Amino acid sequence: MGLLEIKNLHANIGDKEILKGVDLTINPGEVHAIMGPNGSGKSTLSAVLTGNPAYTVTEGSVMFNGKNLLEMAPEDRAREGMFLSFQYPVEIPGVSMVNFIRTAVNEKRKYQGQPALSATDFLKMMRERKDLVELDNKLANRSVNEGFSGGEKKRNEIFQMAMLEPKLSILDETDSGLDIDALRIVAKGVNHLRSSENASIVITHYQRLLDYIVPDVVHVLYKGRIVKTEGRELVAELEEKGYDWIKRELGDL
Amino acid sequence: MDMSVEQSYIDIYNQMAEKVKAQSSAPLNALRDDAMKAFAERGFPTKKWEDFQRTDLKERYATNYGINLTQFNIDFNPYSAFKCDVQAIKSHLFFVVNDVFYCGDKRATDEIEALKKQGIIAGSLRQVAKQHPELVAKYYGKAAKWDVDTTVAFNTAFAQDGFFIYVPKNVEIDCPIQIINVMNGDLDMMATSRNLVIVEEGAKLQLLVCGHASKSFNYLCNRVTEAFIGNYATLEMYKLEDTEESVTNIGSLFIEQQADSNVLVNEITLKNGFTRNNINVNLLGEHAELNLCGMAIGDGKKHIDNHTFVNHAVSHCKTNELYKYILNEESVGNFDGKILVNKGSQKTEAYQSNRNIVVTPTAKMYTKPHLEIYADDVKCSHGATVGQLDKEALFYMQSRGIPEAEARMLLMVAFANDVIENIRIEALRTRMHMLVERRFRGESSACTSCSDLCK
Repeated sequence: MGLLEIKNLHANIGDKEILKGVDLTINPGEVHAIMGPNGSGKSTLSAVLTGNPAYTVTEGSVMFNGKNLLEMAPEDRAREGMFLSFQYPVEIPGVSMVNFIRTAVNEKRKYQGQPALSATDFLKMMRERKDLVELDNKLANRSVNEGFSGGEKKRNEIFQMAMLEPKLSILDETDSGLDIDALRIVAKGVNHLRSSENASIVITHYQRLLDYIVPDVVHVLYKGRIVKTEGRELVAELEEKGYDWIKRELGDL
Repeated sequence: MDMSVEQSYIDIYNQMAEKVKAQSSAPLNALRDDAMKAFAERGFPTKKWEDFQRTDLKERYATNYGINLTQFNIDFNPYSAFKCDVQAIKSHLFFVVNDVFYCGDKRATDEIEALKKQGIIAGSLRQVAKQHPELVAKYYGKAAKWDVDTTVAFNTAFAQDGFFIYVPKNVEIDCPIQIINVMNGDLDMMATSRNLVIVEEGAKLQLLVCGHASKSFNYLCNRVTEAFIGNYATLEMYKLEDTEESVTNIGSLFIEQQADSNVLVNEITLKNGFTRNNINVNLLGEHAELNLCGMAIGDGKKHIDNHTFVNHAVSHCKTNELYKYILNEESVGNFDGKILVNKGSQKTEAYQSNRNIVVTPTAKMYTKPHLEIYADDVKCSHGATVGQLDKEALFYMQSRGIPEAEARMLLMVAFANDVIENIRIEALRTRMHMLVERRFRGESSACTSCSDLCK
């Protein structure tokens, strides 16, 4: 059985249907890229999977680790091993990074029946994982994402991913707004965390990020459905030809 | 005008005034009759009064509380009942039990003696007024005006005791003075106490005033404090209310600041019943600076009203004002703040901000920030916001595995943080962060003991 099994998923925001029957299976060890033109539903898919209350699922099922994902609160999804690297990480003035991430790590441990980490162990872990994405020491003492540059915010997402050791990571447009240096650091972090036990979904418009994080499978999401699934060679084809040929295949152009 | 609530107090005064005066001394007695006259003319404030639109005090006084005119001593030693081991916050600790300064324990008299060695006069207002009538008379009633608020007139007519602190020129106390107002009795009760604080030129005082109450009875406190801050003098005053739902707390603070003085007032309503805080600051000397801040946490049917008035009487003064409320359930908050910049008070800097989170649809926040400016070369701003917890931040935290309730708590604590960060005593700041967090977790210590603050 797959780590994630999405079947015929339909979801709305308000009265508007965005996802119109998504089918997707992801196995441990795999990296899937989801590409597609603007407005096709890529970010909606990540929001629905993580339980964002702004979206309503109207049909279909999602199993994660053999459990019904759609019945879980967002925090339980996270503690089951789901992680979203936000396209726009949220600033939380007054909540320090240290306090935030310690709470998150310990909540997950509690969920798994493990004791809270000691202060020493926690700080050691934090130091190691922080170095992975070259996150400045000072950022740890600041409020979550407050006053972080675009690149720092994205690196902070990957840092949190490293701390929480998810089974499934969804990187939602992690490359947007990143210069090439930051992109390389982010990709290095993601690749370092890659294992045969976990999987990733990389949502992106561009080939750029996929040069660094090489996917096993590439999907094209268009008008709320996955309309094409191929190997990594599809990335280059899309980069060269754009999406019009796919639209044409579907009779939309 | 219906004066039925007031009439019983007027009658008591007429019957008992001579006895009260005999127990008290000249500086306090000098104002009693005038104060009673002003009170009898207008009665208690109601919602029809402009400064009381959200807070009816007549209604609060309608309950028939006993009034402690004979100043009887209750058999209650707060020193042993409170077990206050002051470690993190070393302080000179005193108690006002109901409306009487507590001298019944050697620790109180020892502290008074220790402070005397530093040149400081501290202790019971009643006693100091007898020992140093000229010192008390010079200040008593000079700042506390009752034209806006007749509960101040009521207080002036009836009050007999409270705390007194005099810090002479250029003296800096070795550690903060902590006053704990505690309501404790075996019946419903009213406390009317009066405090006087004098910080002379170049002197410095850190004052921590806590309000607590035992759970069992209904109490009404009316406490008026006057503070006179000399040239180059500093006052830091931290007020913490951690009482019970059965408590009505009316606190009025009048401050006069001379040139180059620096005052910080930080007023934290952690837990209460029905509270009206009134702060009135007169900036009388150039280059005086005032930092005025506060926060309130409401739930249940709590009522919290902060009313502030700052008068920039001269030029080159600075005011920084920040109040924050976090209201849950059916609690009601009111902020009414006014800064007046008089004609000729050029180069004034005055900033006022009131920010609020209304967590539940049934909670209510009223806010009225205002500036009145008659000078043309000033830097001033004011503003208010009423909002909810940031939904995106909540989801962000949940998506990291933090449960919703915990995420809400973190956001509320974060919201309160910048008021607490204004506390300049590190140990108290740390303590307050913890108390606020515990309050949000619903673990408030049911603080009939103050051990909480002092451990």
